[in-house]
Amino acid sequence: MNKSVNLSINGTRHAVTLDDPRVTLLDLLRERLDLTGTKKGCDRGQCGACTIILNGRRVNSCLTLAVSCGGAEILTIEGLAQGDVLHPVQAAFIEHDAFQCGFCTPGQIMSAVGLIMEGQAGDDEERIREGMSGNLCRCGAYAGITQAVRQAQARMNERERTGEAA
Amino acid sequence: MNQFEYELAPNVENAVASGRSNGAVFLAGGTNLIDLMKGNLVRPTRLVDINRLPGLDRIEFLPDGGVRIGALVRNSDLAHDPKFARDFPAVAEALLSGASPQLRNAATVAGNVMQRTRCPYFYDAASACNKREPGAGCEARGGHSRLQAILGWSAHCIATHPSDFSVPLVAFDAVVEIDGPQGRRDVALEDFYLLPGNTPERETILAPGELIVAIRLPAQAALFAGHARYLKIRDRTSYAFAVVSAAAGLRIEGDRIVEARLALGGVALKPWRARAAEACLMGRRAGREEFAEASMLALQEARPSGENEFKIELARRLVVRAFERTAIDNTARLSPLPASIVNLTEEIQR
Amino acid sequence: MNIMNTAHVRHGSNIGQNLTRREGALKVTGAARYAADHHPAGMLYAVLAVSAVARGRVTALDVAAAKAHPGVVDVMTPQNAPKLAHHPDEKTNPFAFRLDILQDAQVRYANQPIAVVIGESLEAATEGAVLLAPAYQAEDVVVRFEDGEHFVPAAVGVGAPAEEGHGDVEAGLRNAAQRVDVTYDTPAHYHNALEPHAIVAEWQGERLIIDTPSQGMAIAQGRLAGLFGIAPEDIYIRSPYLGGGFGGKGLIAGPQVLGIMAAKLVGKPVKLVMRREQLYGPIGHRGVTRQHMRLGADTEGGLTAIDHHILTATSRFDDFFEPSAGVTHTLYATPALLTRYEGMRFDTGTPLFVRAPGEASGSVALEGAIDELAEACGMDPLAFRLKNYAETEPLTGKPFTSKALRACYAQGAARFGWAKRPLAARMMTDAQGLLTGWGVGTATFPAHMFQASARAEIRSDGSGVVEIGAHDMGQGAWTALAQIAADGLSLDMDKLTFRIGTSDLPDAGIAGGSAHTATAGSAIHNATGAAIAALADIAMRDETSPLFGAGNAGVVSRDGHLYRRDDESRGESYATILSRAGLDSVEGRGEGAADQAVTENYAGHAHGAVFAEVKVDPELGQVRVTRLVGAFAAGRVINPRMVESQYLGGMIWGVSFALHEEAIMDRRTGRPVNGNLADYHVPVNADIPSVEAILIDEQDSLINALGIKGVGEIGITGTAGAIVNAIWHATGIRVRSMPVTLDKLLF
Repeated sequence: MNKSVNLSINGTRHAVTLDDPRVTLLDLLRERLDLTGTKKGCDRGQCGACTIILNGRRVNSCLTLAVSCGGAEILTIEGLAQGDVLHPVQAAFIEHDAFQCGFCTPGQIMSAVGLIMEGQAGDDEERIREGMSGNLCRCGAYAGITQAVRQAQARMNERERTGEAA
Repeated sequence: MNQFEYELAPNVENAVASGRSNGAVFLAGGTNLIDLMKGNLVRPTRLVDINRLPGLDRIEFLPDGGVRIGALVRNSDLAHDPKFARDFPAVAEALLSGASPQLRNAATVAGNVMQRTRCPYFYDAASACNKREPGAGCEARGGHSRLQAILGWSAHCIATHPSDFSVPLVAFDAVVEIDGPQGRRDVALEDFYLLPGNTPERETILAPGELIVAIRLPAQAALFAGHARYLKIRDRTSYAFAVVSAAAGLRIEGDRIVEARLALGGVALKPWRARAAEACLMGRRAGREEFAEASMLALQEARPSGENEFKIELARRLVVRAFERTAIDNTARLSPLPASIVNLTEEIQR
Repeated sequence: MNIMNTAHVRHGSNIGQNLTRREGALKVTGAARYAADHHPAGMLYAVLAVSAVARGRVTALDVAAAKAHPGVVDVMTPQNAPKLAHHPDEKTNPFAFRLDILQDAQVRYANQPIAVVIGESLEAATEGAVLLAPAYQAEDVVVRFEDGEHFVPAAVGVGAPAEEGHGDVEAGLRNAAQRVDVTYDTPAHYHNALEPHAIVAEWQGERLIIDTPSQGMAIAQGRLAGLFGIAPEDIYIRSPYLGGGFGGKGLIAGPQVLGIMAAKLVGKPVKLVMRREQLYGPIGHRGVTRQHMRLGADTEGGLTAIDHHILTATSRFDDFFEPSAGVTHTLYATPALLTRYEGMRFDTGTPLFVRAPGEASGSVALEGAIDELAEACGMDPLAFRLKNYAETEPLTGKPFTSKALRACYAQGAARFGWAKRPLAARMMTDAQGLLTGWGVGTATFPAHMFQASARAEIRSDGSGVVEIGAHDMGQGAWTALAQIAADGLSLDMDKLTFRIGTSDLPDAGIAGGSAHTATAGSAIHNATGAAIAALADIAMRDETSPLFGAGNAGVVSRDGHLYRRDDESRGESYATILSRAGLDSVEGRGEGAADQAVTENYAGHAHGAVFAEVKVDPELGQVRVTRLVGAFAAGRVINPRMVESQYLGGMIWGVSFALHEEAIMDRRTGRPVNGNLADYHVPVNADIPSVEAILIDEQDSLINALGIKGVGEIGITGTAGAIVNAIWHATGIRVRSMPVTLDKLLF
């Protein structure tokens, strides 16, 4: 039985026809919409590589059924940069060498974006580390990740301040 | 994952009606259900999606000082609600020490209460498990049992309940509001869970079609606001299930304890309310000796279910620590970090 | 060519620069395509069915039920699997480890593939694999040292002797003033790269196109060519990005071959991605060890003997014995040294290479035991290590090509504040009442080199091209090798086209053994040198060139120009030389390999010193590594940013080794108990509050022309030992069984 689901992904509307209710949001993105930036590390909510922003909150897309997401607004790693201009989190990840192999990176970045949106960590490194602990990095880039999140958040706050002033 | 029918329930009545059918399960946050389905551990034939049920995503502060938490409130939303965190700090702390931020953003409060055990043999479709297949046997017994139960287990099941959230809920007398084919009923969360006994496949008192619609914390729970903690011991600093955990609350008048609450997590197939320990603290000073006595009472029935005797001593020590921390007035504390080693001491630092 | 090469001097300013990753923007935008991100037209999904028993036979598979599931296209079993050109158990070379690829119904370990279900969708194939509902005839298993026979293996690692040493160890121990006699246990570890093994395979007639993560494309080509009876050059592998390797993608694994077989069976492109829980079996792991250490010291704290006895386990069907003795061969000076192995056979997959194979496990035991001996001697553990500093390699007596370990100790200790460390254990408590301890461990890793080839080209527009089939699994090959290439051609990075990561490029050997930058870098260095020499040759023969007749004086290359070495005012650009010669380009090829004269006469190793601070809850046993400082010397640093990241990553693996990782097998069934990322713990961000790496300057003119040693694995060594030693210093408890979980510290 086909189900039609309307989704907004990275600002683009998609009317997706699902022939199978078992399709997760992760597999929908990767296997059916060619949005392969979001990664599958465990498929069981244990690694965070599949993190996306769903309706304004970071979630594991591997544990989300696509059929349940009608009307959802989805932001993936592909939708973060504005053209060639990287999002501050993306730029900070490069600057701080906050990745090595890069496989957990889209999930780390989306998680960082979510963390900053949640506004719970402040500039407290210990809270940032805790807030980023749902994303495993086997290469061990944690120190860079923490610094990248701090820097990106500071730049985003600064941008907001100057934006308001202008 | 097996094939199933998917149905989006428009209201509670329809959800309950659909939920009664054989093989139907409710889908909310999905963080446990979808995982279990991927592991071939549950094979429902119908998923009744309750995510759009109207009115179930609200936190209502009741005039008497209690709170009614809609079943679909997400874990992170509850934990980060400023008034909730102020009135029920141990519950907020427990929520934030569970899983990961992403999972907490998706998982609902009712789903948290409903989550299944993380026993590795339950979680492995190839292992014998009386929960999954009554009468199949319990492969956990005699197996790797480091994290298994030390209280309330039976020859048929030695698993523990993995929820952090449920532990302070049991300590503070939370009530589960259930809707179902026979109408509404309220059940104390402590009675909602069943110990394994001879029927480990029966985990809660829910009947087919019954649905949790809300969780209530009574006004009495908020009286502990200044002295309530949830401490969690785990094998890594974050994103790990409890080895043992403790929710503790004290009401202190002058230099005397007038009421104490204690529940343990990671020790049994339900959060373990330690009433004897609570009773022994009544009218006593909030001191280490008193807490040590309470800790002995809390674990007096404990026995190892395998190579996990250390958990008994660890739980005793945690009880002492939890009460010691609880005795410190924590109204001015920052919202909690998880119960890492730093967290255990953070109120001293700040 | 080589003679001319030496006559020229090349200048470049890229090596040593702290460049960010050249592929960084692709990785942070999701544009970098890893193997499983490919989707050729008509592609089907293949999903493994794996064994639930660890030893026995598959007696039934319900193929009909699987095929009846909507969307399932076919089921590959031993009955219909495409025939191979030779049996995968044939040992065609020492690196051909046996693979389980549906040759029969036998089961040799849990999670061994027993069938492949191919479907139109991932969902259909996944459920099809469940519906196979296999039945087994199971046999008793052995997965513990207690349960089986020990024997002395013929060789350990890949061809290393099972017993080595010199001097009279028993006499050394007898005459010692202080002795330790202790046993350290290290568990099995799985790589757990975040990217599961994956393959997208497409047959185009007899030609095979695959996207798969590989740390060694040419080796994989060779193995696949043998199995499928086709020529290696008819196999095209794309592996530009690996989502972590750690040794697990060094050799093609059975499941990857099964993906290719499935594509052959159905005649369509197939994608096979291993499920996370399936990775605990067929792709290798770090073998379990039990290491009995007997050490003696004289009254001055000088070692009199080291006896390092290693019990380790391989699989029942193949031989790989975790070579844990290597560190003992190289670290501390001793008049008597003996390393010996015993082996066992477990019903597991064959253990293989996991980041610092042997060095990581051996280092924990050696650094722990050395610390215990320092304590027995009443000496500061750092002073004890300095007292026993090896001026020549202990096993062989060879001089080191270079060894800046003293500087590592000194700078690491200074940065850490080691001088304030109280000698005795359990002397430090922080303001919150947490027991605090400081520990040190020595890091060491051999400076290997394998074989590599590279091709370089200088083009008439003044740009350069360098091609090498190198692999970037996160260590930074895209960037660091490009820096070597740009300097090799004396060009700016933006004038360089740099290609790696596909099998049609010159063979770069294997990205393993911390040898890739040295080996591939040397090949690039030589290839670019040959290209410059060829270009110089053209100019020097051209009467109209200012370089005409530069002859034996040679030329200097700089910024895309050649100059006379004896008169640098005379020169011209690459573009001018080639244009005048009417050439589009000039090419050079080069090889990278160890200099045999050096390896025969010298010992080459990287070194380091790691200092750890731990805090331990005195009642609850919780441990946190609150500070880690590592100082490492590994020859020339090509890119400090990437080298630092390698060290930090290695040190975090050390934290993991000391506190978290342990693959648990059920002793009754041989099934993994914690075969998933929720229960098999690796550190999360919150476990790593402070980690710092210091890059110690070390010039090595012998190891290779570029002076490079490896940095990928050394960070683990030393670190786990430093943490265990710090835990002792905090608590007074020596935990000798890894990982140090809190139950071992409830005292």
